[in-house]
Amino acid sequence: MAFDLETAEHPEKLRRVAIEPVSRVEGHGKVTLLLDEDNHIRQARLHIVEFRGFEKFVQGRPYWEIPVMVQRLCGICPVSHHLAACKALDQVVGATRVTPTADKLRRLMHYGQILQSHALHFFHLASPDLLFGFDSDLGKRNIVGVIAEYPDLARQGVLLRKYGQEVIRVTAGKRVHGTGSVPGGVNKNLSRAERDALLKDAYQIIAWSRDAVHLVQRLFEQNLALYNEFGSFRAHTLNLVRADGAMDLYHGGLRARTSDGKTLFDHVDYNNYWDHIYEEVKPWSYMKFPYFRELGPDLGWYRVGPLTRVSQCDFIPTPLADKERQTFLAYDGGRPAAATLGTHWARMIEMLHSAEMIKDLLHDDDVLGDDLVTTGERQGRGVGVIEAPRGTLIHHYRVDENDQVIRANLIVSTTHNNQAMNEAIRAVARKHLDGHELTEGLLNHIEVAIRAFDPCLSCATHAMGKMPLRVELIDAEGREVDRLVRSGDGSCA
Amino acid sequence: MSETFLLDGEDIPFEPGQTVMQAALAAGHYIPHLCYHPEFKPHGSCKVCTVKIAGRYATSCTAPAQAGLDVASDTDEVNELRRTLVQMLFAEGNHFCPSCEKSGNCVLQALGYDLGVMTAGFRHLFPDRPVDASHPDILLDFNRCILCELCVRASCEVDGKCVFALAGRGITKHLIVNAESGRLADTEVELTDKALAVCPVGAILIKRQGFAVPIGERRYDLSPISAQALADAPRPPSGSQPCPSCEDEA
Ligand code: SF4
Ligand code: FES
Repeated sequence: MAFDLETAEHPEKLRRVAIEPVSRVEGHGKVTLLLDEDNHIRQARLHIVEFRGFEKFVQGRPYWEIPVMVQRLCGICPVSHHLAACKALDQVVGATRVTPTADKLRRLMHYGQILQSHALHFFHLASPDLLFGFDSDLGKRNIVGVIAEYPDLARQGVLLRKYGQEVIRVTAGKRVHGTGSVPGGVNKNLSRAERDALLKDAYQIIAWSRDAVHLVQRLFEQNLALYNEFGSFRAHTLNLVRADGAMDLYHGGLRARTSDGKTLFDHVDYNNYWDHIYEEVKPWSYMKFPYFRELGPDLGWYRVGPLTRVSQCDFIPTPLADKERQTFLAYDGGRPAAATLGTHWARMIEMLHSAEMIKDLLHDDDVLGDDLVTTGERQGRGVGVIEAPRGTLIHHYRVDENDQVIRANLIVSTTHNNQAMNEAIRAVARKHLDGHELTEGLLNHIEVAIRAFDPCLSCATHAMGKMPLRVELIDAEGREVDRLVRSGDGSCA
Repeated sequence: MSETFLLDGEDIPFEPGQTVMQAALAAGHYIPHLCYHPEFKPHGSCKVCTVKIAGRYATSCTAPAQAGLDVASDTDEVNELRRTLVQMLFAEGNHFCPSCEKSGNCVLQALGYDLGVMTAGFRHLFPDRPVDASHPDILLDFNRCILCELCVRASCEVDGKCVFALAGRGITKHLIVNAESGRLADTEVELTDKALAVCPVGAILIKRQGFAVPIGERRYDLSPISAQALADAPRPPSGSQPCPSCEDEA
């Protein structure tokens, strides 16, 4: 299966295609495609440089600084890191159960984050590919193009994101890099005025989110064969679920299922995640490769994120999103729910769920409460797991008696999805690159596959849909046979 | 109160023994400053309070007020100097405001905003300075010490302990504590010490309190440092109330 790519018998005879973002920015990566002598794809490797340094960087720092510090890890989902760190440090300060006010304010913050991140991911970054076609003119295939041709849609995307950011601002203190959550609880509640202002728009946000789900459904209808097949592969899955099996993006137990639907483990206390999840280091990547211990490093890779969460939960605990989940799972015999591009559909269902959750939480007077922080008996270690926009996020710290962090281990969504993304790229490359010359269209297809998982990786926060790429075709002797460079402004040379 | 000097073209009354800084603040005129604190004897080390008196640079926190002085403070030239000084302080230590618990309560940061410091200006030195977390309730983060000696002054003058001191010279100058082991836990420091309260930056911290105050309610969220310095400034003695910073010189 996956690893026949990596164990090509004569890698020295393979040609190498490297796709590299030109601008060296956060979460940057490089794709290497190794071709054999017949121009068949044998290996797909996504190289990402990130996160390693951080685990060193936090050593020696006082633990209460960590939830604020870790927000620098990701430009798109800082709140997820903020909350995952706080959940881990809750355990360190002995807050085995935070107050209802703290729990609900953190959830509110988290759903605000999911809403804004999913809106950004879909409307700003992915929708141009989907609306205009993967091979369409780059000059048009961006958010500006969407604004020109679908002004209402673009406006909704912008306002959905803005609403999510506003939820974050009132719960965290700032739209980016706030401080709202602290070990043991939160540092502020919602004022009545803040709550009422958010409630005013909550129903409109739900309606727009539902429209967005239907939009993806229509896109599938129009291109069913392509969408079902594009970059698709079978994968084991990992996600958090509530005790009753419901989707819970903030807290729960770990559920793992194999690609043929068997349950590997369920409702596992995430404090013991390492009983089930190991991490392998490979010489060619800075990233670690997590795998299910039960299945071993070769077969145990898995996929996390919206597609996994929507397809593997037993139900979604808000009515509109659950209805959409059922439609999604039943659609075309369940093929979209197994397709790489189905991730966008699932993502919009989660956005709808987040909008519903925000509305429910705003109606709960606990968010106005004053009981903000709890503490208890100090512990030397803590694990926090949350479902971040792009997938399961694990923070794990050891803190000494002087309050200093002595060890940190983070497994971020992108790392969980490491091999899954390689698989998606390989599937796309096999179909669209095999035996052909390098063309811009081929790059676009790889880009679209990556973007189904991860906008950061495509440097999309900076390039807004025009991923700057350098493609080199290098033969087995290291000679450059072909080269294609696309800069951030979309021009090719 | 009859004698005056000129500050940026305005008459500033003063009392004998007052510095230019004290008289200016008391009269409602802000001069940016960092190592000056109304409760302590002027120190004259940070140079942020530099003004031009009769065409020559002087630190206003130490310059005695005199009748007829012509002091230039709020000028482009002088403010540019101040900005450079603040930039150098940022470059010398490890001041990561976004993850610093003192953010919003920090004098250095507030001063940076007040002076319009928009860029680092210098290459950061990124010194390697481990924190001293040995004390159960107090954290010393040397990364952020700006060597203002306020803790040194407070610990000796108010707490009567001399827990803190500066050692070394020039770029190697650094804060030390008064214990054979070199660890804060082995000093006489206590939570109630004045020395802990005066640190203008996030170098001396009470443990486990970071980020307890939400954004929007922190000290410099409420009003800018210039306004707060004026509010805190010593007023001329009224009635029997002595001005804490007007004492001495006897
Ligand atoms: S620890 Fe604080 S008060 Fe003491 S010298 Fe350093 S900056 Fe000044
Ligand atoms: S305030 Fe005058 S030299 Fe520092």
